[in-house]
Amino acid sequence: MLAIARQRMLGQSFKKILPAVSVLRSYSSAAKQITVREALNSALDEEMSADPKVFLMGEEVGEYQGAYKITKGLLEKYGPERVLDTPITEAGFTGIGVGAAYYGLKPVVEFMTFNFSMQAIDHIINSAAKSNYMSAGQISVPIVFRGPNGAAAGVGAQHSQCYAAWYASCPGLKVLSPYNSEDARGLLKAAIRDPDPVVFLENELLYGESFPVSDEVLDSSFCLPIGKAKIEREGKDVTITAFSKMVGYALKAAEMLEKDGIYAEVINLRSIRPLDRSTINTSVRKTNRLITVEEGFPQHGVGAEICASVVEESFSYLDAPVERIAGADVPMPYAANLERMAVPQVEDIVRAAKRACYRSVPLAATA
Amino acid sequence: MALSHLAASASRSSSLLKPLSSALSLRRSISGDNSPLTVETSVPFTSHQCEAPSRSVETNPKELLTFFRDMALMRRMEIAADSLYKAKLIRGFCHLYDGQEAVAVGMEAAITKKDCIITAYRDHCTFVSRGGTLLEVFAELMGRQAGCSKGKGGSMHFYKKDSNFYGGHGIVGAQVPLGCGLAFAQKYSKDETVTFALYGDGAANQGQLFEALNISALWDLPAILVCENNHYGMGTAEWRAAKSPAYYKRGDYVPGLKVDGMDALAVKQACKFAKEHALKNGPIILEMDTYRYHGHSMSDPGSTYRTRDEISGVRQERDPIERIRKLILSHDLATEKELKDVEKEVRKEESPMPEPSELFTNVYAKGLGVESFGADRKEVRATLP
Repeated sequence: MLAIARQRMLGQSFKKILPAVSVLRSYSSAAKQITVREALNSALDEEMSADPKVFLMGEEVGEYQGAYKITKGLLEKYGPERVLDTPITEAGFTGIGVGAAYYGLKPVVEFMTFNFSMQAIDHIINSAAKSNYMSAGQISVPIVFRGPNGAAAGVGAQHSQCYAAWYASCPGLKVLSPYNSEDARGLLKAAIRDPDPVVFLENELLYGESFPVSDEVLDSSFCLPIGKAKIEREGKDVTITAFSKMVGYALKAAEMLEKDGIYAEVINLRSIRPLDRSTINTSVRKTNRLITVEEGFPQHGVGAEICASVVEESFSYLDAPVERIAGADVPMPYAANLERMAVPQVEDIVRAAKRACYRSVPLAATA
Repeated sequence: MALSHLAASASRSSSLLKPLSSALSLRRSISGDNSPLTVETSVPFTSHQCEAPSRSVETNPKELLTFFRDMALMRRMEIAADSLYKAKLIRGFCHLYDGQEAVAVGMEAAITKKDCIITAYRDHCTFVSRGGTLLEVFAELMGRQAGCSKGKGGSMHFYKKDSNFYGGHGIVGAQVPLGCGLAFAQKYSKDETVTFALYGDGAANQGQLFEALNISALWDLPAILVCENNHYGMGTAEWRAAKSPAYYKRGDYVPGLKVDGMDALAVKQACKFAKEHALKNGPIILEMDTYRYHGHSMSDPGSTYRTRDEISGVRQERDPIERIRKLILSHDLATEKELKDVEKEVRKEESPMPEPSELFTNVYAKGLGVESFGADRKEVRATLP
């Protein structure tokens, strides 16, 4: 009954041209809301319950309840043999995690942020990603590396880098990045169940945000497919691709663009590797214009790969050059005003979309 | 040149690889003989933070013959690989183990196939001692389908999961945390088995080794770290690389044992002791004092940083195969001729190179039907299974 009422109300709201996101939020009494943190925690809980081979490892994941409280309550529930607090030695404990995966266990290794994964990157790439290939299928590595990725707020240059492009360039890895609670639950469960090494890039600033989730999402068997992007908002004039926090920004940009009569299609990538080239290209063939959005450094970034893919597959469909919105090409500054300039803002996405639609003033001269 | 015909059919024998013929008479006489024999190790063990095991090792004629045959096989295999490399039939890197055979063979005698072994890139003989065949070795070295990694790994990436041999690793030191991870999984699964993580004196200074050792000691993992100290990390002698080359002591709070790595029986005794220790008390370090006759790899002559006198001196005085030969002869277990007959070559078989489609297999265990690309992505694409 409630579902039917919800549908009718949604139908009416579309006629009023209300943005999809706020409609769902205003009818939150019909759908349950959970934070991304709760989504991740429940996913870990359910997968640990379902498979005794799954265990957690990382700094402060146990007694501290998780540096960002993602693993809260899991030590109490599953005990110290399955939730392991490690010393601050990423190279050592990541190697141990990969070795355990060689033997057939299913480790979920937490990096307090992915900046620290660089201390262990040899194990992620050379010990995990390449093993199945080098051993011709004898040694598979069912491990998940997870943790916050990208910029937080005011944490400075060494704590703000986005690693999506780095890990996604490596064959043998799967790289996922959720946006909302549904993504967080479905993708983390898929990652834990997957027999290959998965890099799971979360975002610290999203942990506390609430999103509506259906009963289907809350079911313990819920899982999202790896390698499939989601069209968060349909449109006909310009395609905007994004992942993680930038999906929220892209959706806001789409709302603003709509006021100017530009209907943007927002694609939530969900999976950086494998990249859903099919969904992206189908969308660009429909809209003929593309904006890629990411938080990370622009050079050799995710947007560069998407642009190349579209140029290769759908060149004749493009009516405008592909636009890339990315983090500034500088180490992350601390001062609030500079930090704001170093990370994409909604206005940047709006401006780029208008450029692609030939609706903006001529570009500024290069410095 | 005989080597150029190596790829030809098996019926043709090359000067290098002769057909296998069995020394039947020897097999009948001592191969079934399990009567116990006690032998003393060459030198006593030196220990750190533990009580050393006894110098008296229990063995039997059958075991001694197995040691002799296996080490002779490994020696021949490595020498054959040397020639194949020089004939450009083996490409890339090739790190040979001749001189160190006693470590592989002695370790295997002390453990079961349920215990895990992981090592670095000098892995041909360890692979064989875990049950790998010579065909799998040579085919892999030459990049053929019959290789243990179907030709896709190469010299440094031999694996045999069904006998718990986990490779085969090219990054110096990486295998030690991986080995501690295997030990973690064994303890987690309550298997009552142990892992031997082998590394060289060059890798002994790696930070990740100490990180893994710290965690192993904290969590009481059944991990045995085995330093195969052949005294040279590539071209750098141990005294130039390590402030403290007493590798068995480097574990500090972790007990250690120094072992004559050229004495297969000492290796066996030490590994047996280490396994018992690790199951009860957590990690232990074994330092095997050993020596490699070849250079670091085939691109290293091995004589710029050490004298030929040193190499020949070790070969004369400490060669592991000669030690076992003398032991067998002195106990009258076999005759000279019988032992010589055992030193046979392997027969080589034909194997093709992998199919081009194999470029794209095994990237993932579960490929999800995604696309992968060759160098020219408009030319070469594949769907990953």
